[in-house]
Amino acid sequence: MDPNSPTFIFLNAFLINNFVLAMFLGLCPFLGVSGKIKTAGNMGMAVTFVMLVSSICAFGLNVLLTRFDLEFLKLISYIAVIASAVQLVEMTVKRFSPALFRALGIFLPLITTNCAILGLALFQTAREYTFVQSLAFALGAGAGFTLALLLMAGLREKLDLADVPSVARGAALSLMIAGLLSLAFMGFAGLGG
Amino acid sequence: MSAKEPETMTLETFTQGLWKDNPVFVMLLGLCPALAVTNSALNALAMGLATTFVLICSGLLVSLLRNVIPKQVRIASYIIIIATFVTMADYGIKAISLELYKALGAFIQLIVVNCIILGRAEAYASKQKPLKSMINGAGMGLGFTLALLSLGVVREILGSGTVFGMQVMPDRFQTWSVFVLPPGGFFVLACWLMLFTWIRERKSKQEAI
Repeated sequence: MDPNSPTFIFLNAFLINNFVLAMFLGLCPFLGVSGKIKTAGNMGMAVTFVMLVSSICAFGLNVLLTRFDLEFLKLISYIAVIASAVQLVEMTVKRFSPALFRALGIFLPLITTNCAILGLALFQTAREYTFVQSLAFALGAGAGFTLALLLMAGLREKLDLADVPSVARGAALSLMIAGLLSLAFMGFAGLGG
Repeated sequence: MSAKEPETMTLETFTQGLWKDNPVFVMLLGLCPALAVTNSALNALAMGLATTFVLICSGLLVSLLRNVIPKQVRIASYIIIIATFVTMADYGIKAISLELYKALGAFIQLIVVNCIILGRAEAYASKQKPLKSMINGAGMGLGFTLALLSLGVVREILGSGTVFGMQVMPDRFQTWSVFVLPPGGFFVLACWLMLFTWIRERKSKQEAI
């Protein structure tokens, strides 16, 4: 497959180099909001939306900054754009679904400091993606994040009933599961061909 | 360490971040860089030092400006301050070693969204005197570096049989390459956490007796 085609970029971000399990981006919400499948799904959608918006904005910003030779401002301007996008999502969610707003709690504003989103903007600039490629990248990363979150939530719902030694309970156990999931996702490496 | 006595500066200010409130092992903050760049001890050390630099500098500036920044826009201002210092660290590392810069990749710039730094700015530096926030930042940064090193050293020994590029394992040692790959990061951190929980449980049991 052509490594520059949007399909490949999508698959790459979705499965092969999954943002959470292979690149360690966005671990805080991954460990924090993965208690219930429903919340996890909603969180995934919110993150995917913010990713899309910030990917588009970052693409435009990068063109502007390169044009005026201001590339050292990249980091500051990206983070400002992401913060505003998150604010927008927060207001929308609060207006249309107060229940979801309460369920996501502190993790909604914390999307701003979710490294998956800033990472996405930085990677797409570093790899010099075109507009369509950036969109595919953002969609793939969002889908990959949602998938990882859903898998984790499903496993953790079952684990609530399991008898685990007290030493391993909590974060250590979650990390072990994440490690196993990550091991399983390495199998997707063959997809790249 | 309550708000009532902002004047006293003790050893605790510094050591707090090393063990009792270690950002990675106790508070589970900043996990993304802790797992992503610790496939070798050198990368871990560089990342830890860069983060410490940003922690100290942003602690100083946030603390100096604590009475100037309006409450409503404080988070945005903190992020801008942090982003400024991260840009400096980014260009600094690029100038010192291009090889290291390539190995760490985007993760130097991602220090901006490291929750440890924003957390310190909001919870500590915005309420304390400049010198004190700097010392606390240094302690936190050192704790973070130590945690990163303890992950990086274990992963490098098991994954490549070396420490800082020097061979420590005998030639016959079969390397476990899974430890330098992503899953190894999760496993090693999980093991460290279990060890610390075990120590804490044993301690509390002994105290009970």
